Amino acid sequence: MKRSLIALSAGLLIAGLAIAAPGALDGVQKQPLNVSAIAMFMVFVIATLGITKWAAGRTKSTADFYTAGGGITGFQNGLAIAGDYMSAATLLGLTSLVYAKGFDGFIYTVSFFIGWPIILFLMAERLRNLGKFTFADIASYRLDQSRIRTFAAFGSLTVVCFYLIVQMVGAGQLIQLLFGLEYNMAVVCVGILMMVYVTFGGMVATTWVQIIKACLLLGGGTALMLLAFSQFGFSFENLFGQAVAAHKAGIKIMAPGSLMADPVSAVSLSFALLFGTAGLPHIMMRFFTVPNAKEARKSVFYATGFIGFFFLVVIILGISAIVIVGQNPAFFEGGQVGGKLIGGGNMPVMHLAKSVGGDIFLGFLSAVAFATILAVVSGLALAGASAIAHDLYARVIKKGEATSAQEMKVTKIASVGIGLTAIALGILFKDQNIAFLVALTFGVAASVNFPVLILSMYWKGLTTRGALWGGIAGLVSAVGLVVLSPAVWVKVLGNAQAVFPYDHPAIISMTLAFVVTWLGSVTDKSARAAKEAEAFEEQYIRAQTGLGAAGAHAH
Amino acid sequence: MSQQNIQAKIRSNPKFAELVGKRTRFAIILSLVVLVPYYSFMMVTAFNPGLLAKPLAEGSVMTWGWPLAALMVVGGWLLTGVYISRANGEFDDLNQQILKEAQK
Repeated sequence: MKRSLIALSAGLLIAGLAIAAPGALDGVQKQPLNVSAIAMFMVFVIATLGITKWAAGRTKSTADFYTAGGGITGFQNGLAIAGDYMSAATLLGLTSLVYAKGFDGFIYTVSFFIGWPIILFLMAERLRNLGKFTFADIASYRLDQSRIRTFAAFGSLTVVCFYLIVQMVGAGQLIQLLFGLEYNMAVVCVGILMMVYVTFGGMVATTWVQIIKACLLLGGGTALMLLAFSQFGFSFENLFGQAVAAHKAGIKIMAPGSLMADPVSAVSLSFALLFGTAGLPHIMMRFFTVPNAKEARKSVFYATGFIGFFFLVVIILGISAIVIVGQNPAFFEGGQVGGKLIGGGNMPVMHLAKSVGGDIFLGFLSAVAFATILAVVSGLALAGASAIAHDLYARVIKKGEATSAQEMKVTKIASVGIGLTAIALGILFKDQNIAFLVALTFGVAASVNFPVLILSMYWKGLTTRGALWGGIAGLVSAVGLVVLSPAVWVKVLGNAQAVFPYDHPAIISMTLAFVVTWLGSVTDKSARAAKEAEAFEEQYIRAQTGLGAAGAHAH
Repeated sequence: MSQQNIQAKIRSNPKFAELVGKRTRFAIILSLVVLVPYYSFMMVTAFNPGLLAKPLAEGSVMTWGWPLAALMVVGGWLLTGVYISRANGEFDDLNQQILKEAQK
């Protein structure tokens, strides 16, 4: 089972798609207990629990809980967004892709980055001006409150659930690998810590956990890059010359290879990453934590800078690893250079840390990787809890009549519920091939959440009927095509050939969602549709000027 | 003064049209400056990968692909800086004027 998993993962890696996967790690085996890593991680846990205690004292209203009262600065929020976006597998997965494939890894990394400027130019300020707590606030701004809000909340929860499974399974494997803890225990630890952060500290604690982790990740990554790069005298020519000599593909690592050989699949992947990012509920939510549109813009500027910088660091790490790790028999099973890496295909960066920084540095980087997973799942849990408590409970079930205290109670129950669900799913999906879940996460985000979000902000003609039809079309086609794709149809269900040849469905499902939304809206001649079009005027002025937008709360 | 009144004032203020027009145009141009090179790059990798495999200099292992990819990341970030410097300055000033005039 383990062997076939490794083979599967290796196959996916070659397709370049396992890495889409923040978190889809190779099959791994348990390592000896790593004391220094655990000690450093404990320091992180104690510090963040301290912050949670402090944050709990400041989390009194629902606005505090969901958005930290809108009192986060642009710079802080930029770090937190970067933290939300840079999961453990960004560090592990992207370096291993560059390590294995050279330039193809860079192409993938650029695709993962390029959505950020677009989010700033087209979405950031409108999101801030229109939203209050969740992205459903915007989607249902002038449409039918109960139907569209319910649908948007389920869209959020679907994405949150898929992404949580990816992260939890990644956490279990990574921790078993790096810390030498049991898989189930690791999953339970992550789940419980996440519940504590979110339930008691809400957005304030989640944001600060994210900020600390982002600093650790940026600092640790940069230090490792400097240590590794210094071995090449900080010369790119020297570094790349040695990498070409060391890699079995030789000079081919310097040019585009198989990853982009199929343009349709490349475009579909880029759609999923670009527009899926703009439909991730935990990322959208971050835009409501700042006091105004000005700070929202600033936060994307900082986030984009940190993410871009880190991605470039990751590229250098991957190339350095080709030379430093790829030629050292100590990092290969049985001492066979070019064979299987100890710990699996996602390990180059960890081996690199050990090689240039020793055991202490390896321990530090392992602790950072664990902290990273913890921070990302907390953000997801918070997004899920707000969809349940704010959208479904307070707005749909109680029709906005719930008191703040009632809503707070539901948020806490929802956070605990999501934590328990995440633990259960993490254990259930142990040893499963979960690469398809990443395609599903980004596919659903790009085909369900993104179209309704962007059209509700930009298109006057959007009606409730159009949004529902389009959302359902996007959801059904995204899920259906992923099931028919190689990742599920062949690798999970064992059929010989995939019905749908591409792993990412976005090129079809997103287009379909837009077309059906348009069709459903323009044919809608109801009185409600006319009213909705009329209401666009008010929404438009608010989106553009911030008139009436939710401001910062007392803090 | 009622909210509707304020909105009507904003709508009829020529500065509002100016703000929306300028900002929308600026955002679309910058988006194209990011997306056109990115998708061109993707198409080159798919249809003519040899172009990016050309060495930067005679005898160098470094190819054109790497600095171009890095430029897209750095350039993308610099463009966000360009956008916010204008949006948080010129556009926000205009926006404040519009809101203030509507309250009168």
